[in-house]
Amino acid sequence: MFLDFFYHLRRHRIPVSITEWMSLMRALSEGYAHASLDRFYVLARALLVKDVGFYDAYDLAFKDTFKGIETPAEIVDEILNWLQDPKGLEGLTPEQFAMLPKLDLEALRELFAERLKEQQERHDGGNRWIGTGGTSPFGNNGKNPAGIRVGGEGGQRSAVQVAEDRRYQNYRHDRTLDIRQTQMALKKLRYLQRLGAEEELDLDETIDQTSRNGGEIELVFSPSRKNNSKVLLLMDAGGSMLPYTHVMEQLFSAAHQMTHFKDFQHYYFHNCIYEQVYTDIRMNKKTSVQALLRTLDADYKVILVGDAYMAPEELVEPGGAIYYYYHNSTPGIEWLRRIEAHFKSCIWLNPIPSRNWNRPSIELVRKVFPMYELTLDGLDQGTKHLVRKI
Amino acid sequence: MATNGFDQFIGTDKYIVSPDLRDVVNVAIALQRPLVVKGEPGTGKTLLAHNIARALNKSLLIWNVKSTTKARDGLYIYDTVQRLNDARFGDGDVSDVGRYIRLGTLGQSFAADEQVVLLIDEVDKADIEFPNDLLNELDEMNFHVLETDERVTAKHRPIVIITSNSEKELPDAFLRRCVFHYITFPDQGLMAQIVGVHHPHLAEDLLSQALERFYELRQIDTFRKKPSTSELIDWLQALVVAGVTPEQLEDKIPFLGVLLKKETDFDVYMKRAAAGAGAIRSRY
Repeated sequence: MFLDFFYHLRRHRIPVSITEWMSLMRALSEGYAHASLDRFYVLARALLVKDVGFYDAYDLAFKDTFKGIETPAEIVDEILNWLQDPKGLEGLTPEQFAMLPKLDLEALRELFAERLKEQQERHDGGNRWIGTGGTSPFGNNGKNPAGIRVGGEGGQRSAVQVAEDRRYQNYRHDRTLDIRQTQMALKKLRYLQRLGAEEELDLDETIDQTSRNGGEIELVFSPSRKNNSKVLLLMDAGGSMLPYTHVMEQLFSAAHQMTHFKDFQHYYFHNCIYEQVYTDIRMNKKTSVQALLRTLDADYKVILVGDAYMAPEELVEPGGAIYYYYHNSTPGIEWLRRIEAHFKSCIWLNPIPSRNWNRPSIELVRKVFPMYELTLDGLDQGTKHLVRKI
Repeated sequence: MATNGFDQFIGTDKYIVSPDLRDVVNVAIALQRPLVVKGEPGTGKTLLAHNIARALNKSLLIWNVKSTTKARDGLYIYDTVQRLNDARFGDGDVSDVGRYIRLGTLGQSFAADEQVVLLIDEVDKADIEFPNDLLNELDEMNFHVLETDERVTAKHRPIVIITSNSEKELPDAFLRRCVFHYITFPDQGLMAQIVGVHHPHLAEDLLSQALERFYELRQIDTFRKKPSTSELIDWLQALVVAGVTPEQLEDKIPFLGVLLKKETDFDVYMKRAAAGAGAIRSRY
């Protein structure tokens, strides 16, 4: 049963590690679930799921495993009994895990029925862990933030029903790649400089000055290191980029969350950059590239993201912009060159794998910007290029 | 089946805890694992630690994490400046390095003579590597002081509560060693209880009418910052002081500025009000 739960969790792509599973086993064997499925629901979630984004998947896995055990919301001791020797369980391999006995659902139901009888007697006795009167485990004022509405005598709401509510659906974020990994790559962009008030003791300099001073101590302070890197992100939001929306979003949210950049600006463009870039993804609000080049210092690190895949005339001809009603008097490639000339370091990240970069437009763009794949590796190499000494 | 020492925490008279969170807190205490609490602002993440300390009658140590905080700051600080100063002016015994080691908040929680509650507040504000740097210390509850070659070991493992506003993702290795709970925004029933703690003499009809309006506001997804518990409590205070009646709340929201703190949110609300959305129509 419990093992089923483990594999249900894995099937729903919740990254449960053996370590976490073992701590759940320890908690159960020490009786912290109070033989209650409702409490088990909360307990297991706190120990196994460390991201609210997976709460919904957890609800689904929970439902899959425990559906059918709804009437009494209690787990019987017997289930917990397979844990009788918790010490022996530590360090089990998955193979050994699989050899542990499983109880089938029928046997469970019978045990539950027995348990239910027992349970009512216990309630009469007034067990303090279970409610303050009434037959439900959560009798607290008839309401409870988990949404377990307790409706008097008969209708208590079980953990499975709570799971079925799927209250955490809105928190889901099916990300295949980790934002954190991207952040780690972006972190290399940090450019640490000593800035601001002098607050750190510079030990080397103090020793040096003190020696010069003939042993009379001379304290030397220096400002602490602060991050001084400024990042400009320019993203292609054109139609051909649609398949890469996910990875783009990931890069964007990672960069956006990097609170260590001194400044972070982002704009969108469509296929190629012309006179204007856009501040929103639907491209309603524009700002001119010239203004951008005027206002942003040359030390901004520029990351352009796009497939650079277009008809060559879109790049090299005046009026080549893909929009019929939009006329650009300066060809796109010229704008790209101007950007490259203004900023000290720029890179172009391309979601298309490098083996397919032999298209004319991509070749042209590559002559202007160093191009890297939009993968973790590519990002790594790209950031190395951005922070290189100039 | 309750073991001794379990179910220690049941909330306090000042802090209403949901049964879920209560169980999670108690498991974290029993398993001696740090508890990571995430959730919307205003759901009482920081207050939780204060009230665990109150309920269990333990002292509370707070480590406020800032963007410049380094993991080492929490362990100890070697006060070089003081030592050099003393050497210069001949004050004190300079040969004893130990005199110049000051324990940080984490270090103090280890050295305390009885178990304390340690709150590491807003851990996500620090550098992305910060939680990883603390892994070992939190796991083994000891650390090494380089200057004196001494090991500071926790006499009693502190109850560690870590809050995060999820500005950044926390590393997996760190989370694996923690108990995790996401505090959802309380529903009307629990909210009525929470409000009862702060305004015990509030008239029932006023409260239910006010909550009705409040949750209507929270339904509006286009707000940059939705009003939270603390704003609600302030607002109720304002209503009481101004002597607003439940009837007056039916079609308008007085003192809207107490609930909405951002100008853009104000505009959003006014636009909706002008369009006659729902029962909320005018500001006064």
